[in-house]
Amino acid sequence: MRELTYAQAGVEAVAEEMRNDQRIFYMSTDPAVSLMKEFGNKRVRATPIAEGALTGIAIGAAGSGYRPIMDWRQVTFSFVAMDQIVNQAAKIHYMFGGQRTFPVLYRANVGGGTRLAAQHCQCPYSMFMNLSGLKMFLPSTPGDLKGLLKTAIRDNNPVISFESNRLLTTKGPVPDGDYAIPLGVADIKRTGSDVTVVAVAWLVHEALAAAEELAKDGISVEVVDPRTLVPLDHAAIRASVQKTGRLVVADEAGPTAGFSAEVAAVVTEDPATFARLKAPVKRVCALNVPIPYSPVLEDHVFPDRKRIIAGVREVLQGRLSDKAV
Amino acid sequence: MNLPPDKQREMLRQMLTIRCFEERASADYHAGKIYGVVHCYIGEEAVGVCSALEQGDQIISTHRGHGHCIAKGADLKRMMAELYGRQTGYCKGKGGSMHIADFGIGMLGANGIVAGGISIVTGAGLAAQMDGKGRVAVSFFGDGASNAGPFHECLNIAATWKLPMLYICENNMYAAQTSAAETHAMPDVAGRAAGYGIPGVVVDGNDIFAIHQAAARAIARARAGEGPTLIECKTFRWRAHTERIGQPDFRTEEEIETWKRRDPIARLRGQLEAQGALTDADWQAMNKEVSATIGDAVAFAEASPFPAPEQALEDMYAA
Repeated sequence: MRELTYAQAGVEAVAEEMRNDQRIFYMSTDPAVSLMKEFGNKRVRATPIAEGALTGIAIGAAGSGYRPIMDWRQVTFSFVAMDQIVNQAAKIHYMFGGQRTFPVLYRANVGGGTRLAAQHCQCPYSMFMNLSGLKMFLPSTPGDLKGLLKTAIRDNNPVISFESNRLLTTKGPVPDGDYAIPLGVADIKRTGSDVTVVAVAWLVHEALAAAEELAKDGISVEVVDPRTLVPLDHAAIRASVQKTGRLVVADEAGPTAGFSAEVAAVVTEDPATFARLKAPVKRVCALNVPIPYSPVLEDHVFPDRKRIIAGVREVLQGRLSDKAV
Repeated sequence: MNLPPDKQREMLRQMLTIRCFEERASADYHAGKIYGVVHCYIGEEAVGVCSALEQGDQIISTHRGHGHCIAKGADLKRMMAELYGRQTGYCKGKGGSMHIADFGIGMLGANGIVAGGISIVTGAGLAAQMDGKGRVAVSFFGDGASNAGPFHECLNIAATWKLPMLYICENNMYAAQTSAAETHAMPDVAGRAAGYGIPGVVVDGNDIFAIHQAAARAIARARAGEGPTLIECKTFRWRAHTERIGQPDFRTEEEIETWKRRDPIARLRGQLEAQGALTDADWQAMNKEVSATIGDAVAFAEASPFPAPEQALEDMYAA
């Protein structure tokens, strides 16, 4: 299968959908040059730096029959548009009794590894997950990103595509032809039997590396990539934990009221899954500080494969006595 | 202003309808039949913009939105049912007074966030431009919103992209309880248009013909692809910011009384009578008819069922 970078897969998804549907247009402060060349400056608009207004303009155009894509670029810049995201986009369909559909795609890069310090290395997706009315995803591979973007562009609701800063230049297989990945369907990136690691974005790759390392010690790790944050694939997460009896959640965001907390709750509040748990749930997250600049500091704050390995070993403590029983 | 007498009488009837609707909404709110909050538009009924629009043109409103809904042609029954929290309301009881919309007639919604609607309707203006059918979009907002970021961001974008937009600032001189004199660097909001290179017009906000005329010029400009216009209508609300009891109101009785003497409805009535376009009998009949229409709307609302509790889970996502 051919390989593309994560960033290329994103551009390809947008271009393919724009060729198929004239109602789609793209707004960003600095859109991809290839998109501007192909579609011209009316369908790919280089905008003023006014994310608040543009986030709302996208809603209004969507309610008037278009299918806008608003690229915030870094998630940092979405914060100046919070009124439009929280009070308008998330609520407009429901609050007006479902009168109109609002097909908007918002794109935002998240995560660290870029040495850009506190404002530009954030993983605030749980803030958005907390809102009712938005859908959102955070893929870990170019193939998943392309397939999810295509679904999101065709969805009749506001959807946020969170895209990993660390993965932009990472290559991976991308199927030929037209394919789409449904929202709300997790992907088991590696099957295993001793421990489930639920991870998103870059940490899927770190979890896979950790699993490879742990396999040398005879520890079998299953890596579950939810891909979509809302709606979250509860069934896939619970099924995996019911099989392994142990859960580690790896997330580049901090733990407090985060994605990892949601996954822990999904597992522990389900009686059938809770009954199979052999160890407390372990979260491997960023430390609770703004992200610092110096590489030494940044690397200390973010979780990585080493911390995932430590987390897996922690939930496996007592496994021998398990087997003795 | 050379509007035919029929149209002038229609404008008067519309203003009267808005006032009667508001008086009833206020009374029913205080009677506990309407919940949450109601923001009355009484004193500001001279909405001369919508009468200059055509089908397919779109507007967006504010928390004080009943007047805009009525002026755009919304169904009074469904409006009142929404205020009553009933299933038959415009939003199936999910919105209430601050969130009435009728997308079918191009009313993109009242909005509980000051300046919250300006960018949404600017998106409708962008859509109108891309459609290329000569439609326009209108943003109604108050003096308070003119100090918020979306106003400035959107005026810049609309001016730069020459969007077919009307920005209508209904300056009632108080943002909730705080006076414009305390919060505006310049007395005229319209003066800010100069910063974006677009026309900025001040009109008497209680003179429906003046507003209609200014709007008609701005609409022609927008349809011709020449871009947006900012129109500031100087007006005044007679009632407090909201109907909630116990809210402070720092406006003096004298100021309120001065503006009541500039009642936009009495003014238009007087003009029509002076022209011989309205008799006292016509006026009485009009009052009777409007009153009956409002009565019908209330009866419809009262006879309508509340939503079933589980309908709270409906309309989360579009199919």
